[in-house]
Amino acid sequence: MSEVPGDLRYTKSHEWVRTLPDGSVEIGITDHAQSALGDLVFVEVPQTGRLVAAGDACAVVESVKAASDVYSPLGGTVLAGNESLATQPELINQDPYGQGWILRLKPTDAGGSAELQDAAAYAAEVAGD
Amino acid sequence: MRRTALYDQHVAAGARLVDFGGWDMPVNYGSQIEEHHAVRRDAGMFDVSHMCAIDLRGAGTRVLLARLLANDIGRLTVPGKALYSCMLRADGGVIDDLIVYFLDEHWFRLVVNAGTAEKDIAWIREQARPAGVSLTPRRDLAMVAVQGPQARTKVLPLLPPACQAGASGLGIFFGTPCGEWFVARTGYTGEDGFEIMLPAGEAMAFWNALQSAGVRPCGLGARDTLRLEAGMNLYGNDMDEGVSPLESGLAWTVVLDGDRDFIGKAALIAERSTGPARKLVGLLLLERGVLRSHQRVVADGADSGEVTSGTFSPTLERSIGFARVPVATRDSVHVDIRGRLMPARVVKPPFVRNGKIMVEL
Repeated sequence: MSEVPGDLRYTKSHEWVRTLPDGSVEIGITDHAQSALGDLVFVEVPQTGRLVAAGDACAVVESVKAASDVYSPLGGTVLAGNESLATQPELINQDPYGQGWILRLKPTDAGGSAELQDAAAYAAEVAGD
Repeated sequence: MRRTALYDQHVAAGARLVDFGGWDMPVNYGSQIEEHHAVRRDAGMFDVSHMCAIDLRGAGTRVLLARLLANDIGRLTVPGKALYSCMLRADGGVIDDLIVYFLDEHWFRLVVNAGTAEKDIAWIREQARPAGVSLTPRRDLAMVAVQGPQARTKVLPLLPPACQAGASGLGIFFGTPCGEWFVARTGYTGEDGFEIMLPAGEAMAFWNALQSAGVRPCGLGARDTLRLEAGMNLYGNDMDEGVSPLESGLAWTVVLDGDRDFIGKAALIAERSTGPARKLVGLLLLERGVLRSHQRVVADGADSGEVTSGTFSPTLERSIGFARVPVATRDSVHVDIRGRLMPARVVKPPFVRNGKIMVEL
Protein backbone atom coordinates (compact mmCIF):
# COMPACT_ATOMS: atom_id res chain seq x y z
CA MET A 1 0.00 0.00 0.00
CA SER A 2 1.50 3.31 -0.99
CA GLU A 3 1.94 6.21 1.37
CA VAL A 4 -0.34 9.29 1.05
CA PRO A 5 0.59 12.00 3.61
CA GLY A 6 -2.43 13.82 4.98
CA ASP A 7 -1.00 17.35 4.81
CA LEU A 8 -0.47 17.46 1.02
CA ARG A 9 -2.71 18.07 -1.99
CA TYR A 10 -2.75 15.81 -5.02
CA THR A 11 -3.50 15.67 -8.75
CA LYS A 12 -5.08 12.88 -10.75
CA SER A 13 -1.77 12.61 -12.62
CA HIS A 14 0.01 11.64 -9.35
CA GLU A 15 1.81 14.86 -8.42
CA TRP A 16 1.75 16.18 -4.86
CA VAL A 17 1.80 19.80 -3.67
CA ARG A 18 3.06 21.10 -0.32
CA THR A 19 2.33 24.70 0.67
CA LEU A 20 5.34 26.19 2.44
CA PRO A 21 5.04 28.89 5.17
CA ASP A 22 5.99 31.69 2.73
CA GLY A 23 3.16 30.76 0.36
CA SER A 24 5.40 29.08 -2.22
CA VAL A 25 4.74 25.43 -3.08
CA GLU A 26 6.89 22.33 -3.41
CA ILE A 27 5.93 19.75 -6.03
CA GLY A 28 6.89 16.12 -6.54
CA ILE A 29 5.45 12.79 -7.63
CA THR A 30 3.65 10.45 -5.26
CA ASP A 31 4.82 7.21 -3.73
CA HIS A 32 2.30 5.41 -5.92
CA ALA A 33 3.80 7.05 -9.03
CA GLN A 34 7.42 6.24 -8.17
CA SER A 35 6.51 2.66 -7.39
CA ALA A 36 4.70 2.27 -10.71
CA LEU A 37 7.61 3.81 -12.62
CA GLY A 38 10.28 1.68 -10.97
CA ASP A 39 13.88 2.81 -10.49
CA LEU A 40 14.34 6.38 -11.70
CA VAL A 41 17.43 6.91 -13.86
CA PHE A 42 17.09 10.49 -15.16
CA VAL A 43 15.18 13.54 -14.01
CA GLU A 44 14.92 16.79 -15.92
CA VAL A 45 13.88 19.72 -13.72
CA PRO A 46 12.72 23.14 -15.00
CA GLN A 47 14.91 26.24 -15.11
CA THR A 48 14.53 28.78 -12.32
CA GLY A 49 12.42 31.70 -13.46
CA ARG A 50 10.40 29.71 -15.99
CA LEU A 51 6.69 30.53 -16.12
CA VAL A 52 4.43 27.51 -16.11
CA ALA A 53 0.67 27.23 -16.46
CA ALA A 54 -1.36 24.70 -14.50
CA GLY A 55 -1.25 21.43 -16.42
CA ASP A 56 1.99 22.24 -18.28
CA ALA A 57 4.62 19.53 -18.55
CA CYS A 58 7.29 21.05 -16.31
CA ALA A 59 9.67 18.13 -15.66
CA VAL A 60 10.49 14.70 -17.01
CA VAL A 61 11.08 11.63 -14.90
CA GLU A 62 12.60 8.69 -16.67
CA SER A 63 12.74 5.24 -15.12
CA VAL A 64 14.13 1.90 -16.28
CA LYS A 65 10.66 1.33 -17.67
CA ALA A 66 9.43 4.59 -19.21
CA ALA A 67 9.73 8.35 -19.52
CA SER A 68 6.88 10.39 -18.03
CA ASP A 69 6.06 14.07 -17.95
CA VAL A 70 5.41 15.73 -14.65
CA TYR A 71 2.54 18.20 -14.94
CA SER A 72 2.55 21.35 -12.88
CA PRO A 73 -0.48 21.24 -10.57
CA LEU A 74 -0.51 25.05 -10.41
CA GLY A 75 0.50 28.00 -12.53
CA GLY A 76 3.39 30.16 -11.37
CA THR A 77 7.07 30.99 -11.56
CA VAL A 78 9.69 28.32 -10.93
CA LEU A 79 11.75 29.24 -7.87
CA ALA A 80 14.02 26.20 -8.00
CA GLY A 81 14.45 22.75 -9.45
CA ASN A 82 15.91 20.03 -7.23
CA GLU A 83 19.47 19.88 -8.55
CA SER A 84 20.33 16.83 -6.42
CA LEU A 85 18.17 14.74 -8.74
CA ALA A 86 20.68 15.19 -11.57
CA THR A 87 23.11 12.84 -9.83
CA GLN A 88 20.69 11.05 -7.50
CA PRO A 89 17.43 10.39 -9.33
CA GLU A 90 16.85 7.53 -6.88
CA LEU A 91 15.94 10.11 -4.21
CA ILE A 92 12.48 10.08 -5.77
CA ASN A 93 12.23 6.33 -5.16
CA GLN A 94 13.66 6.53 -1.67
CA ASP A 95 11.90 9.65 -0.37
CA PRO A 96 9.23 10.84 -2.79
CA TYR A 97 7.68 13.38 -0.38
CA GLY A 98 10.97 14.68 1.06
CA GLN A 99 14.39 14.74 -0.59
CA GLY A 100 12.76 13.64 -3.84
CA TRP A 101 10.90 16.93 -4.38
CA ILE A 102 11.16 18.08 -8.01
CA LEU A 103 10.47 21.83 -8.10
CA ARG A 104 9.41 24.84 -6.05
CA LEU A 105 6.97 27.32 -7.48
CA LYS A 106 5.65 30.78 -6.60
CA PRO A 107 2.01 30.27 -7.50
CA THR A 108 0.18 32.90 -9.50
CA ASP A 109 -2.99 32.21 -7.52
CA ALA A 110 -2.26 31.87 -3.80
CA GLY A 111 -5.38 29.80 -3.09
CA GLY A 112 -5.00 27.47 -6.08
CA SER A 113 -3.90 24.39 -4.21
CA ALA A 114 -7.12 24.31 -2.19
CA GLU A 115 -8.89 23.19 -5.37
CA LEU A 116 -6.70 20.09 -5.70
CA GLN A 117 -7.65 16.71 -4.21
CA ASP A 118 -6.98 16.10 -0.55
CA ALA A 119 -5.24 12.97 0.71
CA ALA A 120 -8.46 11.00 1.28
CA ALA A 121 -9.67 11.61 -2.26
CA TYR A 122 -6.29 10.74 -3.77
CA ALA A 123 -5.92 7.60 -1.64
CA ALA A 124 -9.33 6.48 -2.86
CA GLU A 125 -8.32 7.10 -6.45
CA VAL A 126 -5.10 5.11 -6.08
CA ALA A 127 -6.94 2.26 -4.37
CA GLY A 128 -9.22 2.04 -7.40
CA ASP A 129 -6.31 1.76 -9.88
CA MET B 1 -3.82 -14.94 -16.64
CA ARG B 2 -1.57 -17.97 -16.11
CA ARG B 3 0.52 -18.39 -12.98
CA THR B 4 3.70 -20.33 -12.39
CA ALA B 5 4.28 -22.70 -9.47
CA LEU B 6 6.18 -19.85 -7.78
CA TYR B 7 3.41 -17.24 -8.00
CA ASP B 8 2.69 -17.26 -4.24
CA GLN B 9 6.42 -16.74 -3.54
CA HIS B 10 6.44 -13.68 -5.78
CA VAL B 11 3.38 -12.16 -4.14
CA ALA B 12 4.75 -12.82 -0.65
CA ALA B 13 8.05 -11.19 -1.62
CA GLY B 14 6.23 -8.02 -2.69
CA ALA B 15 6.81 -8.42 -6.41
CA ARG B 16 5.26 -6.00 -8.86
CA LEU B 17 3.50 -8.30 -11.33
CA VAL B 18 2.93 -7.74 -15.03
CA ASP B 19 1.31 -9.59 -17.89
CA PHE B 20 4.10 -11.24 -19.86
CA GLY B 21 2.88 -13.35 -22.77
CA GLY B 22 -0.30 -14.16 -20.87
CA TRP B 23 1.54 -14.99 -17.63
CA ASP B 24 1.36 -13.03 -14.40
CA MET B 25 5.09 -12.52 -13.83
CA PRO B 26 7.28 -10.47 -11.45
CA VAL B 27 8.85 -7.43 -13.15
CA ASN B 28 10.76 -6.54 -9.98
CA TYR B 29 10.74 -7.11 -6.23
CA GLY B 30 11.45 -3.48 -5.36
CA SER B 31 14.51 -2.33 -7.26
CA GLN B 32 15.25 -3.59 -10.73
CA ILE B 33 18.69 -1.96 -10.67
CA GLU B 34 19.73 -3.68 -7.43
CA GLU B 35 18.52 -6.99 -8.84
CA HIS B 36 20.61 -6.34 -11.95
CA HIS B 37 23.73 -5.66 -9.88
CA ALA B 38 23.12 -8.80 -7.79
CA VAL B 39 23.44 -10.89 -10.94
CA ARG B 40 26.55 -9.08 -12.20
CA ARG B 41 28.29 -9.20 -8.80
CA ASP B 42 26.92 -12.19 -6.89
CA ALA B 43 23.91 -14.34 -7.74
CA GLY B 44 20.29 -13.77 -8.67
CA MET B 45 17.43 -16.06 -9.63
CA PHE B 46 14.58 -15.76 -12.08
CA ASP B 47 11.37 -17.70 -12.33
CA VAL B 48 11.28 -18.53 -16.03
CA SER B 49 8.60 -21.20 -15.78
CA HIS B 50 6.55 -19.31 -18.34
CA MET B 51 8.98 -20.52 -20.98
CA CYS B 52 8.02 -23.88 -22.39
CA ALA B 53 10.13 -27.02 -22.52
CA ILE B 54 9.11 -29.39 -25.30
CA ASP B 55 10.39 -32.95 -25.51
CA LEU B 56 10.79 -34.47 -28.94
CA ARG B 57 11.21 -38.21 -29.01
CA GLY B 58 11.61 -40.82 -31.72
CA ALA B 59 14.11 -42.14 -34.21
CA GLY B 60 13.37 -39.34 -36.67
CA THR B 61 14.01 -36.44 -34.27
CA ARG B 62 17.42 -35.40 -35.56
CA VAL B 63 16.21 -35.45 -39.15
CA LEU B 64 13.18 -33.38 -38.16
CA LEU B 65 15.31 -30.78 -36.36
CA ALA B 66 17.72 -30.56 -39.28
CA ARG B 67 14.79 -29.40 -41.38
CA LEU B 68 13.10 -27.27 -38.68
CA LEU B 69 16.07 -25.23 -37.43
CA ALA B 70 18.25 -22.65 -39.19
CA ASN B 71 21.24 -23.64 -37.09
CA ASP B 72 22.75 -27.03 -37.85
CA ILE B 73 21.64 -29.76 -35.46
CA GLY B 74 24.65 -31.69 -36.81
CA ARG B 75 26.75 -29.49 -34.52
CA LEU B 76 25.29 -31.45 -31.60
CA THR B 77 27.48 -34.54 -31.44
CA VAL B 78 28.03 -34.89 -27.68
CA PRO B 79 25.01 -35.75 -25.47
CA GLY B 80 24.04 -32.85 -23.24
CA LYS B 81 25.23 -30.17 -25.66
CA ALA B 82 22.89 -27.25 -26.37
CA LEU B 83 22.41 -25.20 -29.51
CA TYR B 84 20.75 -21.79 -29.98
CA SER B 85 18.72 -21.48 -33.15
CA CYS B 86 15.94 -19.69 -34.96
CA MET B 87 12.98 -21.58 -36.35
CA LEU B 88 11.94 -19.98 -39.62
CA ARG B 89 8.97 -19.71 -41.94
CA ALA B 90 9.51 -20.59 -45.58
CA ASP B 91 9.98 -16.87 -46.35
CA GLY B 92 12.77 -16.59 -43.77
CA GLY B 93 10.72 -14.79 -41.10
CA VAL B 94 11.55 -15.84 -37.55
CA ILE B 95 8.83 -17.95 -35.89
CA ASP B 96 10.82 -18.12 -32.66
CA ASP B 97 14.30 -18.44 -31.24
CA LEU B 98 14.99 -21.39 -28.98
CA ILE B 99 17.53 -23.61 -27.32
CA VAL B 100 17.70 -27.29 -28.18
CA TYR B 101 19.43 -29.83 -25.94
CA PHE B 102 20.69 -33.11 -27.39
CA LEU B 103 19.98 -35.71 -24.70
CA ASP B 104 20.21 -38.91 -26.72
CA GLU B 105 19.58 -39.90 -30.32
CA HIS B 106 15.90 -40.40 -29.56
CA TRP B 107 15.38 -37.46 -27.24
CA PHE B 108 15.92 -33.75 -27.80
CA ARG B 109 14.50 -31.03 -25.57
CA LEU B 110 13.56 -27.58 -26.87
CA VAL B 111 12.98 -24.49 -24.74
CA VAL B 112 10.84 -21.86 -26.45
CA ASN B 113 9.47 -18.44 -25.53
CA ALA B 114 6.28 -18.09 -23.49
CA GLY B 115 4.35 -15.88 -25.88
CA THR B 116 5.07 -18.07 -28.89
CA ALA B 117 4.81 -21.52 -27.29
CA GLU B 118 1.36 -22.43 -28.63
CA LYS B 119 2.24 -21.25 -32.12
CA ASP B 120 5.55 -23.14 -32.00
CA ILE B 121 3.91 -26.35 -30.83
CA ALA B 122 1.35 -26.22 -33.64
CA TRP B 123 4.10 -25.56 -36.19
CA ILE B 124 6.38 -28.32 -34.93
CA ARG B 125 3.48 -30.82 -34.74
CA GLU B 126 2.69 -30.15 -38.36
CA GLN B 127 6.26 -31.07 -39.34
CA ALA B 128 6.69 -33.84 -36.76
CA ARG B 129 3.72 -36.02 -37.62
CA PRO B 130 5.03 -37.35 -40.94
CA ALA B 131 8.47 -37.78 -39.34
CA GLY B 132 7.11 -40.11 -36.65
CA VAL B 133 8.35 -37.87 -33.86
CA SER B 134 6.31 -37.43 -30.69
CA LEU B 135 6.02 -34.02 -29.10
CA THR B 136 5.36 -33.42 -25.41
CA PRO B 137 5.07 -29.89 -23.96
CA ARG B 138 6.43 -30.11 -20.40
CA ARG B 139 4.09 -27.77 -18.56
CA ASP B 140 4.60 -30.06 -15.55
CA LEU B 141 8.09 -28.56 -15.13
CA ALA B 142 9.02 -25.29 -13.45
CA MET B 143 12.12 -23.45 -14.63
CA VAL B 144 14.49 -21.39 -12.51
CA ALA B 145 17.53 -19.52 -13.87
CA VAL B 146 20.27 -18.82 -11.32
CA GLN B 147 22.86 -16.45 -12.72
CA GLY B 148 25.94 -14.60 -11.56
CA PRO B 149 29.58 -15.21 -10.62
CA GLN B 150 28.51 -16.99 -7.40
CA ALA B 151 25.53 -18.80 -8.92
CA ARG B 152 27.06 -22.22 -9.45
CA THR B 153 28.68 -22.31 -6.02
CA LYS B 154 25.39 -21.45 -4.37
CA VAL B 155 23.24 -23.79 -6.43
CA LEU B 156 25.29 -27.00 -6.36
CA PRO B 157 24.72 -28.03 -2.71
CA LEU B 158 20.99 -27.40 -3.10
CA LEU B 159 20.51 -29.77 -6.02
CA PRO B 160 19.22 -33.30 -5.41
CA PRO B 161 22.24 -35.54 -4.67
CA ALA B 162 21.70 -37.37 -7.94
CA CYS B 163 22.26 -34.10 -9.86
CA GLN B 164 25.29 -32.72 -8.07
CA ALA B 165 28.14 -34.59 -9.73
CA GLY B 166 26.73 -34.13 -13.21
CA ALA B 167 25.96 -30.45 -12.65
CA SER B 168 29.35 -29.59 -11.19
CA GLY B 169 31.12 -31.06 -14.22
CA LEU B 170 28.97 -29.32 -16.83
CA GLY B 171 30.76 -27.41 -19.56
CA ILE B 172 29.38 -24.12 -20.82
CA PHE B 173 26.24 -24.68 -22.90
CA PHE B 174 25.75 -28.25 -21.70
CA GLY B 175 22.85 -29.73 -19.75
CA THR B 176 22.27 -32.94 -17.85
CA PRO B 177 19.05 -34.73 -16.94
CA CYS B 178 18.96 -36.29 -13.47
CA GLY B 179 15.73 -38.02 -12.52
CA GLU B 180 12.91 -35.59 -13.19
CA TRP B 181 15.30 -32.64 -12.92
CA PHE B 182 17.39 -31.09 -15.65
CA VAL B 183 20.33 -28.79 -15.00
CA ALA B 184 21.98 -26.74 -17.76
CA ARG B 185 24.88 -24.32 -17.75
CA THR B 186 23.05 -21.79 -19.88
CA GLY B 187 21.43 -18.43 -19.33
CA TYR B 188 20.32 -15.09 -20.69
CA THR B 189 22.40 -12.62 -18.70
CA GLY B 190 26.02 -12.83 -19.90
CA GLU B 191 27.04 -14.37 -16.58
CA ASP B 192 27.84 -17.94 -15.63
CA GLY B 193 25.11 -19.95 -13.96
CA PHE B 194 22.50 -22.63 -14.34
CA GLU B 195 19.04 -22.98 -15.78
CA ILE B 196 17.21 -25.66 -13.86
CA MET B 197 14.02 -27.49 -14.79
CA LEU B 198 12.29 -29.39 -12.02
CA PRO B 199 8.87 -30.82 -11.19
CA ALA B 200 6.54 -27.89 -10.46
CA GLY B 201 5.69 -29.35 -7.06
CA GLU B 202 9.32 -29.09 -5.94
CA ALA B 203 9.85 -25.55 -7.17
CA MET B 204 8.75 -23.73 -4.02
CA ALA B 205 11.15 -25.61 -1.72
CA PHE B 206 14.03 -25.14 -4.15
CA TRP B 207 13.32 -21.40 -4.54
CA ASN B 208 13.16 -20.93 -0.77
CA ALA B 209 16.42 -22.83 -0.29
CA LEU B 210 18.13 -20.64 -2.89
CA GLN B 211 16.83 -17.53 -1.18
CA SER B 212 18.16 -18.78 2.17
CA ALA B 213 21.54 -19.30 0.50
CA GLY B 214 21.60 -15.61 -0.43
CA VAL B 215 20.43 -15.83 -4.04
CA ARG B 216 18.40 -12.70 -4.77
CA PRO B 217 15.02 -13.02 -6.50
CA CYS B 218 15.10 -10.96 -9.70
CA GLY B 219 12.26 -9.94 -11.97
CA LEU B 220 11.85 -9.78 -15.71
CA GLY B 221 12.91 -6.11 -15.63
CA ALA B 222 16.44 -7.02 -14.58
CA ARG B 223 16.39 -9.97 -16.95
CA ASP B 224 15.80 -7.51 -19.80
CA THR B 225 18.60 -5.09 -18.85
CA LEU B 226 20.98 -8.03 -18.31
CA ARG B 227 20.25 -9.66 -21.65
CA LEU B 228 20.57 -6.34 -23.46
CA GLU B 229 23.96 -5.66 -21.87
CA ALA B 230 24.92 -9.20 -22.86
CA GLY B 231 23.97 -8.47 -26.48
CA MET B 232 21.22 -11.06 -26.64
CA ASN B 233 18.11 -10.63 -28.75
CA LEU B 234 14.58 -10.69 -27.43
CA TYR B 235 11.97 -12.31 -29.65
CA GLY B 236 9.15 -9.90 -30.48
CA ASN B 237 11.43 -6.87 -30.02
CA ASP B 238 14.55 -7.56 -32.04
CA MET B 239 13.13 -10.09 -34.47
CA ASP B 240 9.78 -11.57 -35.40
CA GLU B 241 8.03 -13.20 -38.35
CA GLY B 242 8.50 -10.06 -40.45
CA VAL B 243 12.31 -10.11 -40.50
CA SER B 244 15.00 -12.64 -41.29
CA PRO B 245 17.82 -13.65 -38.94
CA LEU B 246 20.27 -12.02 -41.38
CA GLU B 247 18.73 -8.63 -40.54
CA SER B 248 18.57 -9.46 -36.83
CA GLY B 249 22.23 -9.92 -35.96
CA LEU B 250 21.73 -13.68 -36.01
CA ALA B 251 23.63 -14.70 -39.16
CA TRP B 252 26.03 -16.55 -36.85
CA THR B 253 23.22 -18.93 -35.93
CA VAL B 254 22.33 -19.79 -39.53
CA VAL B 255 24.16 -22.52 -41.45
CA LEU B 256 23.55 -22.04 -45.17
CA ASP B 257 26.50 -24.02 -46.48
CA GLY B 258 26.22 -27.72 -47.18
CA ASP B 259 23.45 -29.98 -48.41
CA ARG B 260 21.18 -29.73 -45.40
CA ASP B 261 17.84 -28.25 -46.43
CA PHE B 262 15.80 -26.41 -43.84
CA ILE B 263 12.62 -24.39 -43.87
CA GLY B 264 13.55 -20.85 -44.91
CA LYS B 265 16.92 -21.78 -46.43
CA ALA B 266 16.01 -20.84 -50.01
CA ALA B 267 14.75 -17.43 -48.89
CA LEU B 268 17.92 -16.73 -46.90
CA ILE B 269 20.18 -17.79 -49.78
CA ALA B 270 18.30 -15.38 -52.04
CA GLU B 271 18.62 -12.64 -49.43
CA ARG B 272 22.32 -13.31 -49.00
CA SER B 273 22.94 -13.13 -52.75
CA THR B 274 21.47 -9.63 -53.02
CA GLY B 275 22.75 -8.66 -49.58
CA PRO B 276 20.41 -7.92 -46.68
CA ALA B 277 19.09 -4.34 -46.74
CA ARG B 278 19.35 -3.80 -43.00
CA LYS B 279 21.39 -4.92 -40.04
CA LEU B 280 20.89 -5.00 -36.30
CA VAL B 281 23.48 -2.98 -34.40
CA GLY B 282 24.20 -1.99 -30.84
CA LEU B 283 23.79 1.66 -29.83
CA LEU B 284 25.37 3.60 -27.01
CA LEU B 285 23.59 6.87 -26.28
CA LEU B 286 26.11 9.69 -25.80
CA GLU B 287 23.86 12.02 -23.80
CA ARG B 288 21.37 11.77 -20.98
CA GLY B 289 18.17 9.99 -21.88
CA VAL B 290 17.00 6.45 -22.48
CA LEU B 291 16.69 4.55 -25.75
CA ARG B 292 13.32 2.80 -26.08
CA SER B 293 11.80 0.43 -28.65
CA HIS B 294 10.40 2.09 -31.78
CA GLN B 295 12.35 5.35 -31.48
CA ARG B 296 13.40 6.62 -34.89
CA VAL B 297 17.07 6.36 -35.81
CA VAL B 298 18.45 9.01 -38.15
CA ALA B 299 21.74 8.86 -40.06
CA ASP B 300 23.01 11.22 -42.75
CA GLY B 301 19.94 13.41 -42.42
CA ALA B 302 17.49 10.71 -43.48
CA ASP B 303 15.23 8.45 -41.46
CA SER B 304 17.06 5.23 -41.48
CA GLY B 305 15.94 2.85 -38.85
CA GLU B 306 14.34 2.04 -35.57
CA VAL B 307 15.40 1.12 -32.07
CA THR B 308 14.25 -2.45 -31.43
CA SER B 309 15.25 -2.66 -27.75
CA GLY B 310 16.50 0.05 -25.47
CA THR B 311 17.13 0.55 -21.81
CA PHE B 312 19.24 2.20 -19.17
CA SER B 313 22.27 0.02 -18.55
CA PRO B 314 22.94 -0.22 -14.82
CA THR B 315 26.49 -1.46 -15.44
CA LEU B 316 27.45 1.28 -17.92
CA GLU B 317 25.23 3.92 -16.28
CA ARG B 318 24.35 4.95 -19.81
CA SER B 319 21.56 4.08 -22.16
CA ILE B 320 22.12 1.23 -24.60
CA GLY B 321 20.02 -0.49 -27.20
CA PHE B 322 19.74 -2.36 -30.46
CA ALA B 323 18.54 -0.76 -33.68
CA ARG B 324 17.72 -2.07 -37.13
CA VAL B 325 19.40 0.27 -39.64
CA PRO B 326 20.47 0.22 -43.31
CA VAL B 327 23.62 -1.87 -43.87
CA ALA B 328 25.52 1.22 -44.98
CA THR B 329 25.10 2.87 -41.56
CA ARG B 330 28.50 3.85 -40.15
CA ASP B 331 29.52 4.49 -36.57
CA SER B 332 27.36 7.40 -35.57
CA VAL B 333 23.62 8.09 -35.70
CA HIS B 334 21.01 10.24 -33.99
CA VAL B 335 17.96 8.91 -32.20
CA ASP B 336 14.70 10.81 -31.92
CA ILE B 337 14.00 10.79 -28.19
CA ARG B 338 10.81 12.58 -27.35
CA GLY B 339 11.29 15.02 -30.22
CA ARG B 340 14.98 15.67 -29.68
CA LEU B 341 17.71 14.22 -31.87
CA MET B 342 20.32 12.75 -29.56
CA PRO B 343 23.71 11.42 -30.73
CA ALA B 344 24.48 7.73 -30.35
CA ARG B 345 27.44 5.60 -31.31
CA VAL B 346 27.10 2.32 -33.17
CA VAL B 347 28.90 -0.39 -31.22
CA LYS B 348 29.35 -4.11 -31.51
CA PRO B 349 27.54 -6.03 -28.73
CA PRO B 350 27.97 -7.42 -26.15
CA PHE B 351 28.12 -4.34 -23.94
CA VAL B 352 28.97 -6.41 -20.85
CA ARG B 353 30.19 -9.98 -20.45
CA ASN B 354 31.05 -11.74 -17.19
CA GLY B 355 30.83 -8.50 -15.25
CA LYS B 356 33.21 -6.61 -17.56
CA ILE B 357 32.37 -3.65 -19.77
CA MET B 358 33.18 -4.60 -23.37
CA VAL B 359 32.56 -1.30 -25.19
CA GLU B 360 34.44 1.96 -25.08
CA LEU B 361 32.47 4.59 -23.14
